[in-house]
Amino acid sequence: MPGIKLSEKTIGIIQQICSDFRNEGSELINVLHQTQGKLGYLPAEVQEVIAKELNISVAKVYGVVTFYSFFTMIPMGEHPISICMGTACYVRGSEQVLAEFKRQLSIEVGQSTPDNKFSLNCLRCVGACGLAPVVMVGDKVYGRVSPQMVKNIISEYKEGCASEAKSA
Amino acid sequence: MAEYNMHILVCGGTGCKASESELIKSNFQHRLNEFGLSDEIQVVLTGCFGFCEKGPIVKILPDNTFYTQVTPEDVTEIVNEHIIKGRKVERLLYRDPETHELVGDSKGMDFYKKQIRIALRNCGFINPENIEEYIGRDGYAALGTCLSEKTPDEVIEMIKDSGLRGRGGGGFPTGLKWQLTRKSVSDQKYVVCNADEGDPGAFMDRSILEGDPHSVLEAMAICGYCVGADKGLVYIRAEYPLAIERLKIAINQAREYGLLGDDILGTGFNFDVEIRYGAGAFVCGEETALIHSMEGKRGEPTVKPPFPAEKGYNGKPTNVNNVETFANIPVIINKGPEWFASIGTEKSKGTKVFALAGKINNVGLIEVPMGITLREIIYDIGGGIKDGREFKAVQTGGPSGGCLTKSFLDTPIDYDNLVAAGSMMGSGGMIVLDDTDCMVAIAKFYLEFTLDESCGKCTPCRIGNKRLHEILEKITEGNGKVEDLDRLRLLSNVIKDTSLCGLGQTSPNPVLSTLDHFYDEYLAHVTTASCPAGQCKALMHYSIDPDKCTGCTLCFRNCPVGAISGERRAPHYIDQSLCIKCGVCVAKCKFDAVLIG
Repeated sequence: MPGIKLSEKTIGIIQQICSDFRNEGSELINVLHQTQGKLGYLPAEVQEVIAKELNISVAKVYGVVTFYSFFTMIPMGEHPISICMGTACYVRGSEQVLAEFKRQLSIEVGQSTPDNKFSLNCLRCVGACGLAPVVMVGDKVYGRVSPQMVKNIISEYKEGCASEAKSA
Repeated sequence: MAEYNMHILVCGGTGCKASESELIKSNFQHRLNEFGLSDEIQVVLTGCFGFCEKGPIVKILPDNTFYTQVTPEDVTEIVNEHIIKGRKVERLLYRDPETHELVGDSKGMDFYKKQIRIALRNCGFINPENIEEYIGRDGYAALGTCLSEKTPDEVIEMIKDSGLRGRGGGGFPTGLKWQLTRKSVSDQKYVVCNADEGDPGAFMDRSILEGDPHSVLEAMAICGYCVGADKGLVYIRAEYPLAIERLKIAINQAREYGLLGDDILGTGFNFDVEIRYGAGAFVCGEETALIHSMEGKRGEPTVKPPFPAEKGYNGKPTNVNNVETFANIPVIINKGPEWFASIGTEKSKGTKVFALAGKINNVGLIEVPMGITLREIIYDIGGGIKDGREFKAVQTGGPSGGCLTKSFLDTPIDYDNLVAAGSMMGSGGMIVLDDTDCMVAIAKFYLEFTLDESCGKCTPCRIGNKRLHEILEKITEGNGKVEDLDRLRLLSNVIKDTSLCGLGQTSPNPVLSTLDHFYDEYLAHVTTASCPAGQCKALMHYSIDPDKCTGCTLCFRNCPVGAISGERRAPHYIDQSLCIKCGVCVAKCKFDAVLIG
């Protein structure tokens, strides 16, 4: 991934978050949560700033970021799509739903579309097993999704009319 | 809750919320406002009712009317008919699938009849965001009793007498755990609530936190009093935003009421609770890994001993219990250990919450007495197998558990019987499988999960599971050999014996248990390259029966990859090199002309 230069403003945001947690190394996971919440993802450059602020090694920060599935080093699409791969969804056919999303968007899991509109991810159980299989687009939950519904779900967001989108 | 004549309870659990239950609640409020009834009828967004299959659920008190699959548009009719005219809206009532009779009162539903709700006692009854409602149902009475009338040792004795065992999976006696932490000498001790529910398909802890957060806080304070800790930490998954929000509200309210903080109830006992966020790592359900994660490190487990009771968070004695375990504590204190011990089997007391999911009619959250049989759970509470298919197995214990087959349908469920049957209680996920589920694919599915979640610290788990997965992959693609089955078993046993923590030691369980119970299915994959359940795609072959095909072109028009060709009114043909085996043609064909072999 090409290096990115962080703006003064971004660095300021990270520094503020670190000082909110008293610049303590033991607060690393909380700092990462907050930072990802603000910036969307945690590229290497951001990790370097955090390491410096908390006075711990970059290797330690990187180790933690890559250990937990919640943290990501690549930016997510404008509409992040998550397919639930919990057991309940799996036995009700989430694999076929995932395959259809991959086919329609021509991307693999963990990637974004070239226009950065969509990104595709799997998650483990949203706890809505009664609606299995479940797909989330942003914060919106779609239940009882079949491969045939995938095209419609994507097109709801394609025109940029996500706000009008209705649950299928 | 006394000043209202009527209550409308709307389920605010995650499943129902996803089906617009918040809009249902606000629609109710608007309609009631229009009739000037807002002062007489209260609308409450509650925790999960458990009957997720037919959500969103709306329950009306005092007559216990149970409406299912309510939409925001149905609200007007419910208000006009039920509230104003006193006539139940029949089309939204639950209909018994066998007798086809309407069930107007939730007490008459088979789903609830066999349940005993202790940990879930308040879920679906109270507004979890209002501490008064919790107090109104004996909330914080147990804490008061403990602090003013009992010594810590007496309370620990009560918990021991109740026979309560850890509900997170291991089943370690809770009272004993508390006693061990109490015995450790230190200037600082901690109480930790493990709310890092990572088992896919299990959502009991989340539902308790969403539906009744105060019961967990009260129990943590009692635990703190017993073990000598003044600080509690809830380690919760960041993926549970609703549970986090409700927990935060509950902590603030408890502080305002003097039930958390300094000098609780004027007894000089101090206890406060903070939230720590997990970040999505299954291994963090393991105590030592969880503690490392709370310290801001990678959630890798370490060898026990030292146990957290001696050396835990920040090197201090720490008592870790699961959400459901905590939720049982206040009831044990209030109703007495003898009452609790009267429920269940000889060595497993009380109840267990299960998340019932998969190929079952009534998906949902249930709480049943220990010792109940699988048959009662699946057929009486669960309403049988979906689409009238045949029961094949139940997977319990998630990625660490195993499968229970038909022969176990009448075995009483408790910790020890499940282990003897080659599975485990686990946190309570119960996935029902039917005859179309391939057991080899299920074993592979769980191993994929373990591979993803293995922290990589010890070799047997990191590399052994990878090799296991490769062998399973080979088998499901039709390239397996009979020798591979022995290799699977050998490797599984080595991983079990040599892994560092619970994750690795239990990760081959799904493989071993399916090998034990469904050896024939494995054998079919490796000897005849066929999948008896018809699930393994690589072993499937779609073709069109020219005698049955009418040339209607429906399959041709629906095939997503253009693999089907043929003239109108002439038999069609599937190009095997293009076919992705998605099954759309089978679903679309009206003449059963597509053959799967």
